[in-house]
Amino acid sequence: MTAPSPRAAAAQRPRRLPVWPLYLVGLTPALWGFYLGATNQLGADPVKSFEHMLGLWAVRFLILTLAVTPLRETTGINLIRWRRALGLLCFWFALFHFTAYLLLDLRALQLQDAGPILADIAKRPFLLLGFAAFVMLVPLAVTSGSWAIRRLGSGWGKLHRLIYPAAVCGAIHLLLAAKTLRLEEAVYLLALILLLLWRLIPRARRRTLFARAGKA
Amino acid sequence: MAVYRPPVLPPSEITPQEIWLDRRRLLAGALAAGLLGSGQARAAPLEAAKGGYDPGEPLTPQKDVTSYNNFYEFGSGKSDPARNSGPFRPEPWTLEVGGLVAKPRTFDLDALRGLGLEERVYRMRCVEAWSMVIPWVGFSISALLDQVEPLASAKYVAFETVVRPEEMSGQRGAFQPLDWPYVEGLRLDEARHPLAILALGLYGETLPNQNGAPVRLVVPWKYGFKGAKSLVKITLTEEEPPSTWNILAPHEYGFYANVNPEVDHPRWSQASERRIGAGGFFGSDRRPTLSFNGYAGEVASLYAGMDLRAKY
Repeated sequence: MTAPSPRAAAAQRPRRLPVWPLYLVGLTPALWGFYLGATNQLGADPVKSFEHMLGLWAVRFLILTLAVTPLRETTGINLIRWRRALGLLCFWFALFHFTAYLLLDLRALQLQDAGPILADIAKRPFLLLGFAAFVMLVPLAVTSGSWAIRRLGSGWGKLHRLIYPAAVCGAIHLLLAAKTLRLEEAVYLLALILLLLWRLIPRARRRTLFARAGKA
Repeated sequence: MAVYRPPVLPPSEITPQEIWLDRRRLLAGALAAGLLGSGQARAAPLEAAKGGYDPGEPLTPQKDVTSYNNFYEFGSGKSDPARNSGPFRPEPWTLEVGGLVAKPRTFDLDALRGLGLEERVYRMRCVEAWSMVIPWVGFSISALLDQVEPLASAKYVAFETVVRPEEMSGQRGAFQPLDWPYVEGLRLDEARHPLAILALGLYGETLPNQNGAPVRLVVPWKYGFKGAKSLVKITLTEEEPPSTWNILAPHEYGFYANVNPEVDHPRWSQASERRIGAGGFFGSDRRPTLSFNGYAGEVASLYAGMDLRAKY
């Protein structure tokens, strides 16, 4: 494209989009799913459906979070103002997913002896990877506020690179969760792989590659 | 004094016989064409005597048995088979039985119904760690095998599911996880075991399409994927026949696939299971999985001396 530079510069500026509706809309699937499950309208295996749905939303928000920078670099559309909300939504859904697994699936609160279950979990790379991804998201969520960003300075950026190993663990967790890979999950995996590979291209190289859309 | 006067019906009010007969025919036609009711309209009553098999556990509600299915020929999601199996035509149908037998024969549904239908309430344990309790209507595979007289050289029984991409949406398109036809197999002595049946119905009705109409395999002590659906061919063989999931992932799904809480799936535990249809979130029912799905007393002797970890 041969857009004149003032327009490209305008595109580069963060979009003046309000953030709160994103939280509202983003959390709706969890509330709706919980309502359906609590009233037994989630089909024959409500716990599994709810668990799976929460996990898929965590993946969707992870993909959107990771897509913000490549989108800016390739098209100039700057959604940086939404990135924190997208990342936090990913964390919240991961938390709900993990909580649903513990409380609804394993019924952790009713267990007399958690020993065998814990021993069993320790043997499953698929569960451990999911748990690792969640654990890595925790410090990112905790330090997502403006205060933490100021306080941590350049350390903040380093800390938040944890999103990459978290994404790798989450992707493998998703891959191993089902008996066979379905089209939707395959698309998510491909998106995650591409978004992670994007980070392997040195930033300077990315700039020259997409100079037209970027600085112009 | 009031006198009872029977109502007088003028002859003009009487509905002509051809019209009310016609109404019945219309209704019957609509039923047959599946215009009345929902997805199960084509299910017809299939009465059978109680077969004496009943674990005495609450039945999984019919709506769950018929809406939560693994039948990849209609899609890989649990609700896909109920949603996508409408165009499938299970009648007329033939089941070809051949291979190492003295009298190969093709059976139609009437012939299969004549093999001694019984109601059998069985537990069904999926390899994905969920379970149901289902009242099947079927006959023992042994009764079928008696008709064709297996030769002494026959050691295994191979089962094959229909391939009809025009009626089975999961067999069309670019993204197909399995190769068709779906194939499964049993050792001959397993197939001869009185618990192993071919089912023609459930809940006193013919099988809905999504459950494998019109005839499917049910082997209650094995994981559900052994139960090949919509069978068109049964072949007696000397060698162990291939089985679909074993071809796809041999380290995850074995030929035997006996329910065994002590041998885990490489990715998840088989020690416990979630009973389907126990209600919403708060009624969810996780229970320990039983050896041979609770049928160890009947079938464990089939595997005497066999290493169940190696032959999973």
